[in-house]
Amino acid sequence: MSAVLGAATRTDAVAGREPAPLRRPRFRKARALLGGYTGLLVLYLVSPILLMILFGFNDVPGERQQPRFWGFTLDWYRNVFADASLNEAVRNSLVVAVTAAAIATPLGTTLGLVLGRYVFRGRAAVNFVIFMGIAVPEIVLGSSLLSLFIESRAPLGLFTILLSHVAFSIPFVAVTVRARVAGMDRSLEDAAQDLYATPPVAFWTVTFPLILPGITAGFLLSFVLSLDDFVISNFVSGQVQTFPIWVYGATRIGIPPTVNVYGTILFVAGVLMALATAFGRRREV
Amino acid sequence: MATTVVSRKASRPHGIEARRRRVAYALLTPGGAWMFVFLVLPVAVMAYMSLKSGGVLSGGFRFTWAFENYVDALAGRQTFFLRSVIYAGSTTLGTVVLSYPAAYWIAFHGGRFKSALLFTILLPYFVSFVIRTVQWKFILADHGLVLGTLKDLGLLPEDFRVLSTWVAVVGGLIYNYLPFAALPLYVAIERIDRAVVECAYDLYATPVQAFTKVIFPLSMPGVFAATLLTFVPATGDYVEAEVLGGPTTRMIGNIIQTEYLRQARYPVAAALSMVLMFGMVVLTSLYAKLIGTEDETVAAAVGA
Repeated sequence: MSAVLGAATRTDAVAGREPAPLRRPRFRKARALLGGYTGLLVLYLVSPILLMILFGFNDVPGERQQPRFWGFTLDWYRNVFADASLNEAVRNSLVVAVTAAAIATPLGTTLGLVLGRYVFRGRAAVNFVIFMGIAVPEIVLGSSLLSLFIESRAPLGLFTILLSHVAFSIPFVAVTVRARVAGMDRSLEDAAQDLYATPPVAFWTVTFPLILPGITAGFLLSFVLSLDDFVISNFVSGQVQTFPIWVYGATRIGIPPTVNVYGTILFVAGVLMALATAFGRRREV
Repeated sequence: MATTVVSRKASRPHGIEARRRRVAYALLTPGGAWMFVFLVLPVAVMAYMSLKSGGVLSGGFRFTWAFENYVDALAGRQTFFLRSVIYAGSTTLGTVVLSYPAAYWIAFHGGRFKSALLFTILLPYFVSFVIRTVQWKFILADHGLVLGTLKDLGLLPEDFRVLSTWVAVVGGLIYNYLPFAALPLYVAIERIDRAVVECAYDLYATPVQAFTKVIFPLSMPGVFAATLLTFVPATGDYVEAEVLGGPTTRMIGNIIQTEYLRQARYPVAAALSMVLMFGMVVLTSLYAKLIGTEDETVAAAVGA
C-alpha cells in the first residue's frame, strides 16, 4: 500500500512542470465521459469510508453494527472510551506507530542518502533487500518474523511488533528519501563547499533542508503503515492487540459502532495531517 | 546518477575518496543491520524451520533436513495455490482495467485538480483496511444496502447472495488494491511527452490508433509496476477471503495463517510460506523477462 503512498509523494517532483492539456475540440465528449467515470471511481473508493462515518452516528439497537440506519445519535461519540480493551488496542497502535516511525525514519534516511549518492560494493544487494521488503507478500514477512522470534525464544508482544514494524518501514523511508536525493541539484552542495563550508556544515545547511520533505514523507508513510498493519502484527503480536487486530477479532460477532467512531477520528486526523504537510510544503516552494 | 558519481570520483585525490567510502559505510550500517536482522535473517530461519521434524506435543521440533515437509505441505494444497493465483490474476486485471481510464484522465485532463484527485484516490488508506473490508461486508450483506434493496424491488431472487462467494472476495481484493494500480499508472501516463501524442494526431492517427500505438506502449512501465504491485500482495492476502469469503474461497494465505497461529505446525507452515515466496520470485522474474527489466520494475515501483 505504501509504495502507492510513495508514488504520491513522488508526484510532487513532477508537479512543477505543467504540460498543456490536449486541446482538441472533437474529443470533448470522450473527455467528459472519462471525467464522469473518474468521479464514479472516486465515489466507489470512498463509499466504505462514508459508510463508516455514517454508522458511527447510527442509533442502532444493541451493541453491534447492523446493515441498516435507524436514526442519528451522538451516543457512540459520547461513549467512545467505554470499552477498555478497545482503548488499550488503540493506544498500543498509536504507541507502536509513533515509536516505529521515529526509529525507522533516521535509519531509512541514512540508507536513502547513501543509495542516492554513493557507489559502493554491495549497493545492488542493499537495493535488492529494499525491493524485496516492499514487494514480498506481507504474509511471508510476517511468518518469517514469527519463525525468527520462535527460534530465538523472544516473548511475543508489543516489543516484537515494534521490531517488525521498524523493519518493514525502513525500505519505504529509504526509497522516499532516495528519490528526493536523486532529484536534488548537487551543484548547490558543491557551491557550499567551494565557499569553504566543511562537509558537515554543507550537509546541515544545504543538503538536509533540501531532502527534508522526503524525510517528512517517509515519517508519515511509516506512521500510517504501522497504524494500518494487520497481517504482520497478527503474526508477531502474541496476546497483545492493536487496533486492526481488535477490529478483526470483533468481526466474528459484529463490530460495535464505537469502532466506526475511532476509525472516523483516526481518518480525520490523518487527512488533516496530510493536508497540513502538503500545504506546508507548497508554502516552502 | 551513477555516472556523475563515478566521474567525480576519478577527479578526487585518494584520501578524500577513502573517507567518502568510510562515510558511506558508516551511514549504511544502522539501517542495513536492522534490515539484515529483521528481513533477511528471518527468511533464513524460516528455511531452517521448514526442515525440522517433530511436534509440539512430542517434545518440540528438531532439525533433521526433513525435506518431506515440502511434500506434506503441498499435498492436497494445490487447489489453494491455484485459487490464490487465479484470484490475484483477476484482481490485477480488474484493478488495471478499472483504474487506467481514471489515471489517464487525471494525468491528461486533471489540470489544477490533479493533486486533489490523486488525494481522493488515496483516501481509503487513511482508514484501516480491516474496517474498510468490514464495511464491504455490510454493503454486500444478503439483506444489506445493495442486495436488500434489489430484492425488495424484486430484481433479484430471495436466495441470491454475494458474500462467501468468489465474487465478494475478488471484489474486496480489487477494492483494496485499486490505488496500488492507479498511482503507478498515473505516474507513467503523466510522464508521456504530450508533443509525441500531438505528433500522432498531426500524422492523421485516429484517437484509437493514438492510444494503441503511442499512449499505451509509452505507459507500459506503469502497467508493469501496477500489475506487480497488485498481483504479488494479492496472492498472499487472506483477510478478504476470511471476512468476505466462505469455506469455498480459502486462499493459500488462510492456510499458512491457520497452520502457524492455530495448529502451530511450524515446519509445514514454514515450508508453505517458502513455496509461496519462491513462487512469487520466479513468477515476477519471468514476467520481468517477458515485459521489462528488473531495473525498470524497481524504478517504476519506487520512483527512483
